[in-house]
Amino acid sequence: MRYLPLTQEERKEMLQSLGVDKIDDLFTSIPQQMRLNTDLDLPEPLAEAELVRHFSELASKNNDLKSSVSFLGAGSYDHLIPSAIKHLVGRGEFLTAYTPYQPEITQGVLQSIFEYQTLICELTGMEASNASMYDGASALAEAALMACAATRRELVVLPASLHPEWRDVVRLYLESQNVSIAYLPYDEATGVVDAKAMEDISWSEAACVVVQQPNFFGLLENVGVFKKVAEESGALLVMAVDPISLSLLKSPGELGADIVVGDGQSLGNAMGFGGPSLGFFATTGTKLIRRMPGRVVGETVDTDGTTGFVLTLQTREQHIRREKATSNICSNQALNALMAAIYLSLMGKEGFKDVGYQCLQKANYMKQRLLEIDGLSSPFSAPSFREFVIEGDVDWEEVNMRLAEHGFVGGLPLERFGQPGRVLFSVTEARTKDEIDSYVNLLRGLIS
Amino acid sequence: MTKRRLVPLIFERSAPGRRGYRLPDLDVPEVPVTELIPSEFLRDEPPALPEVSELEVVRHYTQLSRLNHGVDVGFYPLGSCTMKYNPRVHEDVTSLPGFAAIHPYQPEETVQGALELIYNLSEYLAVISGLHATTLQPAAGAHGELTGLMVMKAYHEQRGEGHRNEVIIPDSAHGTNPASCAMVGYKVVEVPSNERGAVDVEALKGLVGPNTAGLMLTNPNTLGLFDENICEIAELIHDAGGLLYYDGANANAIMGIARPGDMGFDIVHFNLHKTFYTPHGGGGPGAGPIVVCKDLAQFLPGPVVAKEGDRYTFVTPENSIGRVRSFYGNFLVYARAYAYIMSHGGKGLREVSETAVLHANYMMNKLKDVYQLPYDRTCMHEFVLSGKWQKERHGVRTLDIAKRLLDYGYHAPTVYFPMVVDEAIMIEPTETEPKSTLDEFIEVMRTIAEEAETNPELVTSAPHTTPLKRLDESRAARQPILRWEKA
Repeated sequence: MRYLPLTQEERKEMLQSLGVDKIDDLFTSIPQQMRLNTDLDLPEPLAEAELVRHFSELASKNNDLKSSVSFLGAGSYDHLIPSAIKHLVGRGEFLTAYTPYQPEITQGVLQSIFEYQTLICELTGMEASNASMYDGASALAEAALMACAATRRELVVLPASLHPEWRDVVRLYLESQNVSIAYLPYDEATGVVDAKAMEDISWSEAACVVVQQPNFFGLLENVGVFKKVAEESGALLVMAVDPISLSLLKSPGELGADIVVGDGQSLGNAMGFGGPSLGFFATTGTKLIRRMPGRVVGETVDTDGTTGFVLTLQTREQHIRREKATSNICSNQALNALMAAIYLSLMGKEGFKDVGYQCLQKANYMKQRLLEIDGLSSPFSAPSFREFVIEGDVDWEEVNMRLAEHGFVGGLPLERFGQPGRVLFSVTEARTKDEIDSYVNLLRGLIS
Repeated sequence: MTKRRLVPLIFERSAPGRRGYRLPDLDVPEVPVTELIPSEFLRDEPPALPEVSELEVVRHYTQLSRLNHGVDVGFYPLGSCTMKYNPRVHEDVTSLPGFAAIHPYQPEETVQGALELIYNLSEYLAVISGLHATTLQPAAGAHGELTGLMVMKAYHEQRGEGHRNEVIIPDSAHGTNPASCAMVGYKVVEVPSNERGAVDVEALKGLVGPNTAGLMLTNPNTLGLFDENICEIAELIHDAGGLLYYDGANANAIMGIARPGDMGFDIVHFNLHKTFYTPHGGGGPGAGPIVVCKDLAQFLPGPVVAKEGDRYTFVTPENSIGRVRSFYGNFLVYARAYAYIMSHGGKGLREVSETAVLHANYMMNKLKDVYQLPYDRTCMHEFVLSGKWQKERHGVRTLDIAKRLLDYGYHAPTVYFPMVVDEAIMIEPTETEPKSTLDEFIEVMRTIAEEAETNPELVTSAPHTTPLKRLDESRAARQPILRWEKA
């Protein structure tokens, strides 16, 4: 086949050296009755050119967001991605390496992770970050489990304003270990959790309280309310944050968070139908750092005294501790973390602030334009960042279908999450005023 | 004292005011930030990101890449990791905007191509495993294990047998197996290996019982040996009411030759980054889909893709356990695995496994006179040597041999695993290497065995030619420096 370099002659020679006649003789340890007697029932193999054609045909059945305009967010965002990223992560030395088990010949990946960890610490205001995890949702689940282990308590308090899919992931991880969950309702008028919501929780049993910032509706939660109950009860404060928002918002470190997680897709990673991306995970204080799940890179020296990097704190991990490990995870999302690190380096201090600033301004502009349309309103009063909810007596699925003809994907109808009549818009720096204006005008024509 | 580094950190290249990327000018009317977000929410200073130009960024990461070994650079016989060639066309086809630039919440009508790919790949993995239904949601092998065990638990609970809380695992298993069990609250019961490196069936008989939830097995196992007693093992577990979990880390040995479903397994995970040609990316992203038998399909995480006429649609299995990740898993990773299956077909996959097994046996046979081979049997796609002779006779440890291999331009094999072998050296050549590479590596391994005898100091002080010498790992753990701080 295409990637098998062995010639017939070599094959014969190798079989001879083993003293067997045919390849089948190497498989005698597999009992005859379970050997497959026919070929696997799969399509005939494609040559490279045919494969490209097949993928192009499949791709053409998808309405990509380079050719249409999208206001979808809710965990996957259409931000600008600098060209240099794909060229650098496409280098075979990064792409085709594995976990850096031999540090003498994998300093490239190790140093890039060390820099990534530093960048995550800068964003979050935490002391230490791991090398990344599968995604934001599973990172949050791991954070909740870590809080349970650290506090020896078995109740996790989640806000109802958390992304519903993240809530599902956390619920499944926690239920598997018989950890209880309590939910904090959000205020219907503000869209965020307030002090009143904290009353009915048995805080003395709580391992942690989670806050998502901004929350699923794009609104800014009053983290102080969460911090207060955490402090009074000895529960940990876990923040699930959007990394782009940290260009403008106070860092979780300043707000007193103990563990910070988030999804890093918006940092230079393609949307890719939802994956792969990366989950970042950071914490603070020696005790918690030693309980962190996942790979961690640390600095050291070689026998000549030159500074270098290695995987470290490995006694937390599955290959050493087996069932007593802090998690079963044994990889990270290295290439996605590399994209995030390159993105943050290219943006730099000022550029990154610009991204956040433009998101805020453009989202606000669009929100105001939409509210000029009769019948549309904003159901929540709390301040928002890049996403916001609009409400109206409108079938948003229908609207999206109609506007698709004009090249728009529209916002996310919240009916699928039990909120009919509401739609969640996300506006990044990649949207232009023209796009926003055209969308708003078309929408007005459609529903007025 | 300034630290001596191979490549300065990106932060050390920073100069205030320098920029690497420019956004288009803001084209909407501006409102003061504090009118939109109250000042108590705002940070005083933006995060201290490096301030560097695009050229500096490109040069920095290019320099870093040159310190790194990958399959593209040279032979990478890391056992159990299946470091084979990653076709470049996969990078091209998965970066088409029709895949890379689609949003997970787009209406189904606008992503029919993506759903079709998910549907087809799910079917093909079912064909390859001999099982029934697939979820592509797990993001890695360990994540697949976790998902599979959650499904196992849901199955027992539905049958009113939630008390079953023991999972049997061989002593040669990957560390993720017991760690995944702990994540779902299962107790690990270890079964020893017999003198042939396989599960000790007599011992197993004494371990199965009313609390057995299942057994996790890698087959071929981590010694690279196929467990010949799999029929009997499956019968024992099933008779006790348990399920069989197949850790697919070593599936590269059996594609088109034998199917886990036919061996009696109920749940399988595949490591697409191992068996199915998707790049390892320096540690990820991978993908760890699981495939299950008919009875278990109802428990899979949702959504999965169903076909209704000509249309593909997301559905959630009836008694779904829920979600293990947001959205639909590592789509762009498993799309590469789909490309791999499409470019090989049934015959091609069989040839992949045949060649992988031939390569491993060829190499094992040419090394077993100089390194101890603890289980001298025909191996599958990998084999495990022991550095015991070198340690006992010359004071050269497996770690030294591994480091010496770096001097010759190779990545080292997996070492000190599995733990049932003293000074283990686990070698997996894969099918994509030319014979000349195998021969060269054999020669180098023999040379190192000779060096261990004649000049042990040369080996114990290796590596000599790598960018860095041996690193002080205990210092890193004792005084952790996990981030850069401004001096």
